[in-house]
Amino acid sequence: MDLGILVENVLNAVTAGVTIGCIYGLMCIGLGLIFGIMRIVNFAQGELLMLGMFTSFYLVSEGRILSFLGPYWGPFIGAMCAAPALFAGGALLHRFLISRVSGLRTVGSLDEGHFGQLIVTLGISLILQNGGQILFGSTPVAVRTPLSSQAFEVGPIYQGATVFLNKAKLVAFFVAVLAAVVLYLVLEYTRLGKALRAAADNPTAATYMGIDVDRAYRIAFGLGSGITAVAGGLMATYISFGPFVGFDYVIIMYSGVVLGGMGSIFGAFWGGVTVGFVQQFSALVLPPQLQNAAMFDVFLMIVLLRPQGLFGRSAERA
Amino acid sequence: MRQGAGPHLRRSLTVLAAVSIIYLLATLFVTNSYYQLIMTLVPVWALFGVSWNILSGYGGQLSFGHASFFGIGAYTVTLAMVYWGLTPWVGIPLGMLLAALAAVLIGIPTFRLRGHYFALSMLAYPLAILYVMQYLGFQEVSIPMHREHGLAYMEFAEPRIYTLIAVLLLIGGVVVSMVIENSRFGLALLAIRQNELAAEAAGINARRWKMLSLVVSGMLGAVVGGFYARVLLVVTPESVFGMLVSAQAVVVTLFGGVASVWGPVIGAAILVPLAETLQAELGTYLPGIQGVVYGIAIIAVMLLSPDGLFWTVRDRLLRRETPHGVSEVTGLMPDAGSGGQPLAAATRPASRGSGPLLQVERLSRSFGGLRAVSEVSFEITEGEILGIIGPNGAGKTTLFNVLNGVLAADQGSARLDGRPMLGKKTYGVCRMGVGRTFQVVRSFPRLPVLDNVIVGAYGAGMSDRDAIARAIRALEQVGLRGRAGVAAGQLTNKQLRLMELARALAGNPRLLLLDETLAGLGREECDEVLAVLAQLRAQGMTICIIEHTMHAMMRLADRFVVLDHGRVLATGLPRAVVEDASVIEAYLGKKWLTRR
Repeated sequence: MDLGILVENVLNAVTAGVTIGCIYGLMCIGLGLIFGIMRIVNFAQGELLMLGMFTSFYLVSEGRILSFLGPYWGPFIGAMCAAPALFAGGALLHRFLISRVSGLRTVGSLDEGHFGQLIVTLGISLILQNGGQILFGSTPVAVRTPLSSQAFEVGPIYQGATVFLNKAKLVAFFVAVLAAVVLYLVLEYTRLGKALRAAADNPTAATYMGIDVDRAYRIAFGLGSGITAVAGGLMATYISFGPFVGFDYVIIMYSGVVLGGMGSIFGAFWGGVTVGFVQQFSALVLPPQLQNAAMFDVFLMIVLLRPQGLFGRSAERA
Repeated sequence: MRQGAGPHLRRSLTVLAAVSIIYLLATLFVTNSYYQLIMTLVPVWALFGVSWNILSGYGGQLSFGHASFFGIGAYTVTLAMVYWGLTPWVGIPLGMLLAALAAVLIGIPTFRLRGHYFALSMLAYPLAILYVMQYLGFQEVSIPMHREHGLAYMEFAEPRIYTLIAVLLLIGGVVVSMVIENSRFGLALLAIRQNELAAEAAGINARRWKMLSLVVSGMLGAVVGGFYARVLLVVTPESVFGMLVSAQAVVVTLFGGVASVWGPVIGAAILVPLAETLQAELGTYLPGIQGVVYGIAIIAVMLLSPDGLFWTVRDRLLRRETPHGVSEVTGLMPDAGSGGQPLAAATRPASRGSGPLLQVERLSRSFGGLRAVSEVSFEITEGEILGIIGPNGAGKTTLFNVLNGVLAADQGSARLDGRPMLGKKTYGVCRMGVGRTFQVVRSFPRLPVLDNVIVGAYGAGMSDRDAIARAIRALEQVGLRGRAGVAAGQLTNKQLRLMELARALAGNPRLLLLDETLAGLGREECDEVLAVLAQLRAQGMTICIIEHTMHAMMRLADRFVVLDHGRVLATGLPRAVVEDASVIEAYLGKKWLTRR
């Protein structure tokens, strides 16, 4: 019987790891665009996630514009609606703030402008968190869908071990994978995607090739914001959240992006999946309060064990 | 103490005393207890900013996790009082010890990282501790009251006494910060911040200084945290390990002025009352207004005056005055004169034997499949100038990087006067007596020329007095004496090259490795630098120089080593080497040979 419980726990951790991991993967792609490819250190990425959650919440909750979609379709359509909203928000942020401390302006400067980026995005993060508290209040909310309390049961497989597939997470998982694939295709095969990657790879050279680098960066930053916001909207269907929720996830996002290897969209996705797995498995052995602490330890391990190969010293020429 | 530090320090201390007295007098007129609390919090957060400034301002190691130390101080004081009945007078020093220990434990792995990776990792520490504290059940711990022994337990009915203690603590922190700023510690930190590799090549042990700055700044942070807990009576993980705590330090310092003693004080004096008042007036309608104000403040500062209020105002004021940097330095003239004599004796002893000064044997270094340096052997004898020439990508700079410890060698050996050089850190090679300049000048642009050069002298472990005198003499050797007080960022390319040369000379090297010192110079400038080098040789200096310009090398070098594809193609006297067929082929291609 003990073995049965163990098998059940492990199997459930695996399925939860896959579903939540893919949603994390989508979230990490957003940061992967901004940090991994454009090399902009964005502290406020967690707040973009939070805004994605609230966008969805304010669109589909009872009595709002999209509430006619009902509790089954609504939350997921709401999550997708967060993309255009935060795309615009991200592009504006970039236009007025981020562009002043990144891109062409900082090429060749002392630390490629990372100091300025850290500070400015920390400021944005503080404003959004605390401004969020003013606008949304500090009571946690959730996007309600009956799916989050329903599950497919698979099994019993082995000595009574049953796998539960939460329906909300399952749908969110499919939406996340779909969004990731679409984004991948756009970046890989369209003219826009090529311009973005060229601008990110070498802004100076891209300028000479006639690419409007500022515009490309703005679009990429908007995309990064929008993608993370969709992930936020999806997560809103199965967690409750407040204005300060972004903070826990910003570390997860950086872990995923760094783990997956800088500069790779694919990598960022797998990084996110891995982090999701680690988190779900740590739930098997650690008390709930320590799961977040474990997450930070994993982050530290990743950064400490893979400092080379990332940018920093390796690129330096004496 | 560094040059001219005495009067400067005295002036700053006078200002500090005056400001403190006025501030304390002002508290006498404040009767509202909430404003009294604000008056205590201003020096508290100012001190926290001062503490952050030592690590992140001077040293440039941006940390978003300073709350680690604040929280350790706060919880040590509180828990020591709850469980052991220890007074904060003991609890605060205990917290400092624990913070120092934590700083070492955090520093050992984290200083392997640079830039924003360092910043992000530092962020993770307080958050990890925060969750552990929640797990251990210390959600909300109150400090027990001891009304009968108020003084013994740092408990006062009169809130102004807290303000007094806070101001005294701040004075202590500011003095520590001033001493650091005016010592070799501060100069080393500033040099590391501006160019870590150059600092290492000048003999600065960057790792050690960074660690020391983290320990000092962590201990100060623990003092603030411990005192804060005592004043507020209750600690929660969020209120002492939370993000907003770390942000406070960053915000007040950036706003007031980075890498300036006064910056955090100015920042706290403006922002803390502003945010607290807003919180009190609007907090009920607009919770979190404090964070919004801080966010706006740091964004505005970053975009409008990236170095903070203090520097912007100072630059404005200074622009109106005549630059006084030069006169300050000339004031040191007699000092330098008297220091000049013993220095001649202080230069390194001559070679012990008649063997070569530098002996390189079968040195190799690969990058993946590319053998950048392959089985290179050569020697340099004392007093000679050896020119290393070769086409682009021949491995010349890589050779230098391996020799002075920037890169590790795959195999082979290199000996300076019989002692092995390989396997040492960059600063260690420098201390053996190897000076280095870089292909792209690596200066400390915001430091004055003299300070740039003093870094080299400190790197060699000289006393303050000797270092200043040696630096001035090095500037004389390269003919930059007149520019000593100018910020390095304002020099021309030629002057920068000479300054870098002076920095290398200031460490009393036995061997100079010069990487394309003539690059980008016009013909006349080139001649001037060549004259300086010729003079150095006349004084007995041994030089190994990488150069592209053949005609310059023909005039300067005693012997050539030609590298191509990482291998030694030819060695010998200049005339013989330039007529060597294989050398001509490497430089100009096969066709050229046949045409001749």
